[in-house]
Amino acid sequence: MTEPIMPSDRRAVTRETAERRTHPRDVFIEFREVHKAYGKKQVLRGANLQIYRGEVMVILGGSGTGKSVTIRHMLGLEIPDSGRVLVEDEDITDFPEEELYPVRMKFGMLFQSGALFDSMTVFENIAYPLREHTELSEEEITSAVKEKLELVSLPNTEKLMPVDLSGGMRKRVSLARSIVLDPKVILYDEPTTGLDPITSHKINEMITDLQAKLNVTSVVVTHDIQSAFSVGDRIAFLNEGVFEWVGSMQDARDSDHPLLREFLKSSAVMAAQPTR
Amino acid sequence: MTTVETTAGAPAPAKRDFVARVRGRLDGKLIYMGELTGLAGQILRQMFRGPYERAAIISQLEQVGVRSMSIVAITSLFIGMVLALQTAYSLAEFGGKLFIGTVVSLSLVRELSPVLMSLMVGGRVGAGMAAEIGTMKVTEQIDALRALASNPVKKLVFPRVLATTVMFPLLTVISNAVGIFGGMVIAVGTLHLDANFYLRSVVQTVKYNDLASGIGKTFFFGFAIGLIACFNGLRTTGGADGVGRSTTMTVVQGAITVLILDFFLTKLFLFLF
Repeated sequence: MTEPIMPSDRRAVTRETAERRTHPRDVFIEFREVHKAYGKKQVLRGANLQIYRGEVMVILGGSGTGKSVTIRHMLGLEIPDSGRVLVEDEDITDFPEEELYPVRMKFGMLFQSGALFDSMTVFENIAYPLREHTELSEEEITSAVKEKLELVSLPNTEKLMPVDLSGGMRKRVSLARSIVLDPKVILYDEPTTGLDPITSHKINEMITDLQAKLNVTSVVVTHDIQSAFSVGDRIAFLNEGVFEWVGSMQDARDSDHPLLREFLKSSAVMAAQPTR
Repeated sequence: MTTVETTAGAPAPAKRDFVARVRGRLDGKLIYMGELTGLAGQILRQMFRGPYERAAIISQLEQVGVRSMSIVAITSLFIGMVLALQTAYSLAEFGGKLFIGTVVSLSLVRELSPVLMSLMVGGRVGAGMAAEIGTMKVTEQIDALRALASNPVKKLVFPRVLATTVMFPLLTVISNAVGIFGGMVIAVGTLHLDANFYLRSVVQTVKYNDLASGIGKTFFFGFAIGLIACFNGLRTTGGADGVGRSTTMTVVQGAITVLILDFFLTKLFLFLF
């Protein structure tokens, strides 16, 4: 009666595999006391976080709490005002832009808006990283692009321009572009925001699917609890610029952290609303 | 009693506010200039180090140069014609008709062609670049480039700045020729001068140093316009509104920079040649 109704845990099986695969001490990305302000607005206030190799970490938090800023720090797109960011035990905090390139090659990032290059076709967008960073022949590039487009269930869209695509398709093309170099980590910035429930569901399945197929580490930034529970292994709850709570999905359900509870409860109530 | 002492000891709040505001603005401007100079440094480093994005450079050369030819031709033609009319009118009592070739060619080559061409093309090209890069910035495309381990300066900024720096002088040459032709149209058509006489006076008047000074200036104008446009584009924030602001700012700053640079470069070239 008092237990809030929680979203179903559809990833239980995959999650167990992930936990077996993950060595508990193998930290891939680490934040140490990261502070970041934009003008007078302090966004991160001493954020600490460890993301393990092979897991799906969900960064949860309300709008404007600095979730996206957090993943931008992982790529070195933002530099902390103080504190350190480590990727595979390498402190990237003070790296100049050019030294960050090899670090960024380890990552694939799905931007909130997709961020497709709108002067290029779908094919050229996905081929871009290959043309930039590999010596592959045009034939090899074509087959790689085809393969990735099939992976995101968008075959035969190579010739379309980004303006011709719907929001969900754009995100999937962007996802194909971010995995074309076989990254070790995929960062998802609000992958389901602004999409209808069916497309959101598809994107969630795709994240789970990619996780299983590509054996990567994933970081998903979201405020969509449904999405968080369907894809994540662990949750980091960001509030007022710090990770106030970090733990497994199961622990999150049982947690008595008032704000996290509030967050999960409100979403569960929303999910339990009868629909006509 | 205590209150009086406190008020007397500290500066009046209004004055303090004013000082803080001026300092804040000054800081902002200095940071802006610092970042602009930083970008200029990166462009120069890219120029000397390569590798170059050939396709992007060629497409920008076309965009800036070839596609600006009609606007350069039309403005220059009419400036040349107006200049001929005005010269004939204002110098009528001194037998001004005979000096039309001299006045038109010298004014055009030394001053009007480089400056007016830079203002016109700078407006067209600068606004386009700021809007394009600004839109890429607000739609996260610039971040996507960086996230894909590409350098936006190499990919976007350098080809554009190179194109303006190379094309402005070439467009000035066209502007000079068309402007002088415009003067001839009026000299021959309206004022009934002999075309040969007009052209001979042009050739006798214009020296290499006039050409060098006029065309030389536009290297700097072109670089400045490209730099300002790309810089404003890259620091765009805040959606469509922000893109609009960057574009407007680019046109205004570009025009002012051209006019200010023109003064100092003219002085420098007068000193040099």
